[in-house]
Amino acid sequence: MKFLPLVLANLGRHKRRTILTITSVALALFLFASLQTVVTTIASASKFGSARRLVATNATGIVFTLPIAYANRLQAVKGVEGVTWANWFGGRYGDGRRFFATFAIEPKSYLDLYPEMVVPAEQKEAFIRERTGALVGKRLMEVFGWKLGQNVTLQGTIFPGDWTFTIRGVYTPTNPAIGDDAFMFHHDYMEERLNRPGIAGWYILRIERPDAAPTIAKTIDDQFRNSPYPTKTGTEQAFNASFATMWGNVSLLMGTIGMAVVFAILLVTANAMMMGARERTREVAVLKTIGFGDRTLFGMVMLEAGVIAITGAVLGLGGAKLLYKSTHFNGGGFLPGFDVAPSTLALGSAVTLVLMLASGLVPAVRAARLPVVSALRQVG
Amino acid sequence: MALVEIRDVYKSFQRDTQRIDVFSGITLDVDAGAFLALMGPSGSGKSTLLNLIAGLDRPTKGEVRVAGSVVSAMSPGELASWRARHIGFVFQQFNLLPVLTAYQNVELPLLLTRLSKREREERVKLALGVVGLDDRMSHYPRQLSGGQEQRVSIARAIVADPTVILLDEPTGQLDGKSSQEVLALLRRLNTEFKKTIVIVTHDAHAAEQATTVLHLEKGDLIRGSAVPSLRASESAGLGVAR
Repeated sequence: MKFLPLVLANLGRHKRRTILTITSVALALFLFASLQTVVTTIASASKFGSARRLVATNATGIVFTLPIAYANRLQAVKGVEGVTWANWFGGRYGDGRRFFATFAIEPKSYLDLYPEMVVPAEQKEAFIRERTGALVGKRLMEVFGWKLGQNVTLQGTIFPGDWTFTIRGVYTPTNPAIGDDAFMFHHDYMEERLNRPGIAGWYILRIERPDAAPTIAKTIDDQFRNSPYPTKTGTEQAFNASFATMWGNVSLLMGTIGMAVVFAILLVTANAMMMGARERTREVAVLKTIGFGDRTLFGMVMLEAGVIAITGAVLGLGGAKLLYKSTHFNGGGFLPGFDVAPSTLALGSAVTLVLMLASGLVPAVRAARLPVVSALRQVG
Repeated sequence: MALVEIRDVYKSFQRDTQRIDVFSGITLDVDAGAFLALMGPSGSGKSTLLNLIAGLDRPTKGEVRVAGSVVSAMSPGELASWRARHIGFVFQQFNLLPVLTAYQNVELPLLLTRLSKREREERVKLALGVVGLDDRMSHYPRQLSGGQEQRVSIARAIVADPTVILLDEPTGQLDGKSSQEVLALLRRLNTEFKKTIVIVTHDAHAAEQATTVLHLEKGDLIRGSAVPSLRASESAGLGVAR
């Protein structure tokens, strides 16, 4: 530790260069943490899902609907405990710049099947009771400054027109993968406004035993195989994972870009360290004359690289953690629960270590091996 | 027994395909408490001799012994710690670290010891006091005159109480007045603090401060005769052979 003031003094020699180098490292690790968090959030969302919930969609694709009449037949399948359904609505509010998910749901059964969505009892009752009532995520309420009981008008993008709802409930998710910025309203109200087309975007089923999931899914799909609306049934986790696979290449891209950025910054840092070491050839020779050993000088240069890398890491990784935590960033609703995970911080720390070693090693070895006499002669 | 013993030392450098012999069997003894000035033209080997004594360079053949230790046989690691304990080195160009204050520059050799912070502080203040710069401790080299910089450099060389102080053209960059101050300081270190000093210089005035003057001519040591104080060399126990 007694060499630390000397190391810090050396770093202060070219303050601007040191600050720029640290900033580069910080930015690189901030980007790395951000991109990695996109990957972990997508992965985490794909893992979300109760083992006791199945999702049935139109076998042709999620954008195609199923008849609302399927509800009773699904409820009748052996092993099915509860059924609910939902539709993607695609509403927007105000100038529409803040995206959020809007669903038309069957209120009572939906909240029954999703105990992860916590709603105060009186609000739940009020929402279920009122046909034009809306249930809104806690965060979305904060974003728009909405109040309970307020009338809110959304513009339909899939189902055009102005749709006015009264906010009757606010939900708080117990699992971040659910997201806390969705807007939900009565499916029946949508049906009514659309002259009863009798459609459901997808069905969610609660089953009695998770181990019966494959059998029940097969029974359902077999039942509708030859109908005009065949189904594709699977576990909720598989359903969510299918969305994640759509992000698959994006995840790879994010990871690759993250590593490329870190590698580019590694070169910048290494160059700055080597430049600094070259400028101090005379001083290293003087220190050796005084009696500083090769190991001590090696350690001092590595410590310098360490101070740069660690300061950059604290700013970059810590900054990302604090920023996303404090702003509740969720990628416009696409990345619910967006938060820098401990595994990302650990990976970032490992990257920092590699950065420190790779940028400090060459100048440190060079300092340790510097021949004193020729170095003094060269510069003297 | 002499403090510094150079025995039949050969030193040659390879420059491209050409071999340059600097010393071909030089022998020299310097007793403890001596003040030796080495003079001679450029390229005569003065600085090389200083580097050999400091263990910064190795002889091609022969033995360099300082305070009983065979410097020429030490490993790089041993040499570094040995230098920290036994050698104080002063350069012509001061070579203070510009990012450190006078205090921090002088403290550098003590960072290699086991002294506590308080002990280091006492030693640094004492050394800066000896060179008359105890009021410039927090000044950076750029805030000091050339003479003051060289005195800080001397404080750095003496702070760890080394066995030998080696100076390579210490007045080469200084004006007359600063040179006088530095030389007076060296004289005081030798007479008052009994420090063994070896100085390489072109400056006859600097050499006059020494108790012994030797001339190097093409790698050969020749007893000085032009400096009156040379007579003192006999009593200082200097031995020259070649």
